[in-house]
Amino acid sequence: MKKEHEEIAEKYALLLPPAALTEIRETVPGTISKEKLEQIFAETIAAYTAARINPGECVGLVSAESIGEPGTQMTLNTFHFAGVAEMNVTTGLPRVIEILDSQKEIKTPTMEIFLKSEYNKIDAVRKFAAAIKETLLGELVLEYALNIFDQTLRLKLNTAMLADFSLSVKELVKLLKPKTKGFTIEETDDSITFIKKGNKPEEIKEIYALKEKMKVIKVKGIKSIKQVLPVKRDEEYIVLTSGTNLKDILELPEVDAVRTTTNDINEIYMVLGIEAARQSIINEVNKVVEAQGLNIDIRHVMLVADVMCSNGAVKGVTRYGVVSEKASVLARASFETPIKHLINAALEGEIDNLSSVVENVMINQPVPLGTGLPGLITKLK
Amino acid sequence: MIIKETHKKIVSITFGIFSPKQIVDSATAKVVTPELYDREGYPVDGGLMDLRLGVIDPGLRCKTCGQKLKECPGHFGYIELARPVVHINFVRQVLDILKSTCKSCGRVLIPDENLKRYLSILEKIGTEEGFEARRRKVKEITKKYKVKEKCPHCDTKQTKIKLEKPYNYYEGEIRLSPIEVRARLEKIPGEDLEIFGFKKESFRPEWLIITVLQIPPVTMRPSITLESGERSEDDLTHKLGDIVRINQRLFENINAGAPEVIIEDLWDLLQYHITTFFNNEVPQLPPARHRGGQILKTLANRISSKEGRIRHNLAGKRTDFSARTVISPDPLISLNEVGVPLSMSMTLTVPERITEWNKEYVKKYIENGSKKYPGANYITKPDGKRKSVTAETKDEILAELAEGYIVDRHLIDGDIAIFNRQPSLHRMSMMCHLVKVLPGKTFRLNPAVCNPYNADFDGDEMNLHIPQTEEARAEARILMLVETQLISPRYGLSVVGCIHDGITGNYLLTKELVLSREEAVDLLYGCGINDLSSLPDKEKIDGKEVFSVLLPKDFNFIGKDKSGNEVKIVNGQLKSGLMDKSNLGQESGLMLRNIYEKYGAAYTAELLGNISKLGITVLSRRGFSIGISDMDLAPEVNDEIKDIIAKAEAETLKLIENYHDGKLEPLPGRTIMETLELRILETLNRARNKSGDVAMRQVHESAALVMARSGARGNALNIAQMTAIVGQQALRGKRIETGYSGRTLPYFKKNDLGPAAHGFIKNNFKSGLKPYEFFFGAMTGRDALMDTALRTPKSGYLYRRLSNAMQDLKVEYDGTVRDASGRIVQFLYGEDGLDVSKTKNGVVDIKRIVQQIVGEK
Repeated sequence: MKKEHEEIAEKYALLLPPAALTEIRETVPGTISKEKLEQIFAETIAAYTAARINPGECVGLVSAESIGEPGTQMTLNTFHFAGVAEMNVTTGLPRVIEILDSQKEIKTPTMEIFLKSEYNKIDAVRKFAAAIKETLLGELVLEYALNIFDQTLRLKLNTAMLADFSLSVKELVKLLKPKTKGFTIEETDDSITFIKKGNKPEEIKEIYALKEKMKVIKVKGIKSIKQVLPVKRDEEYIVLTSGTNLKDILELPEVDAVRTTTNDINEIYMVLGIEAARQSIINEVNKVVEAQGLNIDIRHVMLVADVMCSNGAVKGVTRYGVVSEKASVLARASFETPIKHLINAALEGEIDNLSSVVENVMINQPVPLGTGLPGLITKLK
Repeated sequence: MIIKETHKKIVSITFGIFSPKQIVDSATAKVVTPELYDREGYPVDGGLMDLRLGVIDPGLRCKTCGQKLKECPGHFGYIELARPVVHINFVRQVLDILKSTCKSCGRVLIPDENLKRYLSILEKIGTEEGFEARRRKVKEITKKYKVKEKCPHCDTKQTKIKLEKPYNYYEGEIRLSPIEVRARLEKIPGEDLEIFGFKKESFRPEWLIITVLQIPPVTMRPSITLESGERSEDDLTHKLGDIVRINQRLFENINAGAPEVIIEDLWDLLQYHITTFFNNEVPQLPPARHRGGQILKTLANRISSKEGRIRHNLAGKRTDFSARTVISPDPLISLNEVGVPLSMSMTLTVPERITEWNKEYVKKYIENGSKKYPGANYITKPDGKRKSVTAETKDEILAELAEGYIVDRHLIDGDIAIFNRQPSLHRMSMMCHLVKVLPGKTFRLNPAVCNPYNADFDGDEMNLHIPQTEEARAEARILMLVETQLISPRYGLSVVGCIHDGITGNYLLTKELVLSREEAVDLLYGCGINDLSSLPDKEKIDGKEVFSVLLPKDFNFIGKDKSGNEVKIVNGQLKSGLMDKSNLGQESGLMLRNIYEKYGAAYTAELLGNISKLGITVLSRRGFSIGISDMDLAPEVNDEIKDIIAKAEAETLKLIENYHDGKLEPLPGRTIMETLELRILETLNRARNKSGDVAMRQVHESAALVMARSGARGNALNIAQMTAIVGQQALRGKRIETGYSGRTLPYFKKNDLGPAAHGFIKNNFKSGLKPYEFFFGAMTGRDALMDTALRTPKSGYLYRRLSNAMQDLKVEYDGTVRDASGRIVQFLYGEDGLDVSKTKNGVVDIKRIVQQIVGEK
């Protein structure tokens, strides 16, 4: 764009959303005359003004309808295969419910890990993927041998796998030592033996507990990354995981922290904060909507996300979350558990100012939305 | 004329707890006897049906307010209890209070210096975050001090208080009777109540223990007179009867100095009855029953649940002037009309106020009476008296009719009605239509508006409402009329469009039809188009030219049709391209969307109606039918498809062989078995798609194909399944699995991994399926059915929660989105303040503006 054009654009910058401004910049040919550019801006602003939302419009309900109505068209099928080599992820209605409920434990937590460009080679990606996968000691053990009389536990290790993970028995022992107080450790090339210190009661309890403990000790990788899958997306390699641990993954030097993400919204909230969580809700819902071939405008999803996040914490659309925040007793009572709400209201002497919809429906008064909003004051003769 | 009515407005509702004094003061009667009626069947004074409590019998007058049945709202009464009892719904709160206050001095177990600090914190949270947050904080604070060993005010040692469910309090091992509990609560000073979140001006904790019981008015527990003349009392009356009876016995026993055991027993019984009177679903108590064993419905049951007072009667209401019947299609009425059966239009009425200008016009309706259409059913005089219009009263009414009278006249063409089909999932499920009175018994609607209602004509029923006030009619007409709802607020595209024959007809018309001039004129007249000035003056008229007659003369449009060819309209002339679903249908309809933008809603609705009518008329003149031979394939095509399938099967067998030989490379992150399954599934699906394409390409031009191509009904997959191959049946994204027996059906060998044994259907619907193939088809079919059956309630609940949570969000005058209490949710709606239903798929079309301006000259 030429300088004189920029000046005109500058003039209108505050009257239009930034996206519209960029679009005009991109579509307008460079040879355009000043007058025509002015005209374009004038008409665009007119178009935007014409499309503006009316005050009093009940946008909440429209958004709820827009998401609720296509709910019946979504599939209930939990799993889908986006391609032969992709991971299983919850999609469809169950996923939407999961997101909007803001459930703490989601069914299929996954991460998409992007790598910095210098690591973006197939070998490096494979190596990285293998390195982050959580490996438990139990996976490396071929055999557990419990000896009650000697009070020993011997782990026979899978040396081939050890080599795969480039671990040595020595390293393992080092790792295990602080976690096994009360035992002395002996090692051979392919086994580790724990011997109980001090007096030795002929009891199985303690070494059995030790054996169980051994099974779940993390020897390598990042906690709760259960599976890794390097895939090629467009021109680069990314790593898909099952299980998430955003905080620890972001700390790794290979990871492109800007684009790496997880599908666990509460985790995003804990690590990156409320704004990120809000964006993540929008992204995740949109993902499902697109996968189902539905068409829901982003404004509706944004509004739901904003309602869920407006308090500074992610609140689910449930009776414990968003609905419990309502000021009106009757509105809460009309949703779920009415007795509880009425009792509490009575005890505390709550006052319902009848400022929202249901209460006014209940007492047959116009609702303060849309055409019910404005009043008319007139002089009677 | 000045209307001399005052409209009162409720500004707020305060919730609170009645004190015993208030209960007694507000009561009109003290109930002392469990008897209901005397020998003559007249309500007993001091009984539960006392005439002072309201009337439910016709002919009797209320002793309190002097009004008759339906006028008297009913009045409360009370019972004085012989011994106090615990209120079941306050049990938890009483426990909390007991635990956190001192047993001897009644103060809260919080040192004075902390108390002040906590109060200010609570105050702050209450104003900033609302009641719920404050309630949580109260819990948090009181929890901390519940366990205190010693009272910080009087140094008394505290004993632990337990609740033995449902309503017995124990201090250590000793039971606290309600009397003792009440005595403790009385000791708590008002100042200390604040810390629990109670207001000291209007609340005393001892009110939570019942000493006098409020009796609900008879009007809320009316008795029913059975046909035999026998009276059947309401559940609440039954329960109250029990309470009064036990209460009287308790009084008598106490006065007679009966042994403590007997009194205790009666006291417990009284507690039980009062508990079940409030809530008959207390987990630890056996519910009170009728003699027949049916569980009584008491107060709590009346309020809660979907059938309860709140959701059934308060949040949802019933209406008059509504109708419901089966719907049927009528492409000849316009988009915004609804055909109403004549018999209905004589029952549904519109009130018409007589003025100096419409007097003569309204008189005609009265003259017709109520039996002849169009007539009138009732008149309302200015003093509010109503009179029905009959043959006898007709002349009398005609004589007295004057300005200010209101006549309820029959429905006539052009009246405003609101039409609705359940489930009302979005706002287009309730739209305003103009009435068109038609013979017959069904509602008629234009098939093009089926989509927003999600209606079809397989027996669907719909509802019609007739707004009764000017305001309601104006609002309906301006905001809810069909043409104002053409663009969905969900995605900013059209929700109505041509369907089925409307599309097929126009597709054929613009694709291949060439008509003689007579035929063209006849066709256009036949669908109600009179302005034929733009029809070219030729002997042979192309279908595109016929279609162009409908378009506005200054309309320009460039788009694509379904097969990707360019659709070009220059100055209202369709130059190239076909009219099919992508331009006429709903959810796409870009041509219609542009017309809407340029010429407005009403014009678009009319045009859409005309286009749809044209399509249907074309089809009915040309003829259009489908038969089994539509699915015939040429032999060489058949061979080609057979070949594709055979190859795919061979490939599958090869995969299986590789698997058995251990030569199969697993995909990353999968086992070999999973890899095999995935590869097979992929191969077979590819084969199906390929043979579908072949069939689609080579099947001869048939009606079924025309429908699929134009997008009217059916798609490539449907055609392929009928002509070529049904394909692999998948359950949960996998081939049909074997279960424990090692095979899917006894027909197959065990551990057969081949395509046929795992649900690959080689045949097509026309050739017929093998029994085992049919079975696999039925499996996936059943799965799909279950899926829908399980999904509907789930999505319904999600919808209910969403709408409940978001219903009071609105755009304020400053453009922010706020909830009912004024909290800002968004600073600018959707970050750009645009209304989706005024945009094109969510965006303002800048490209078009630029093109228009740059393109000029």
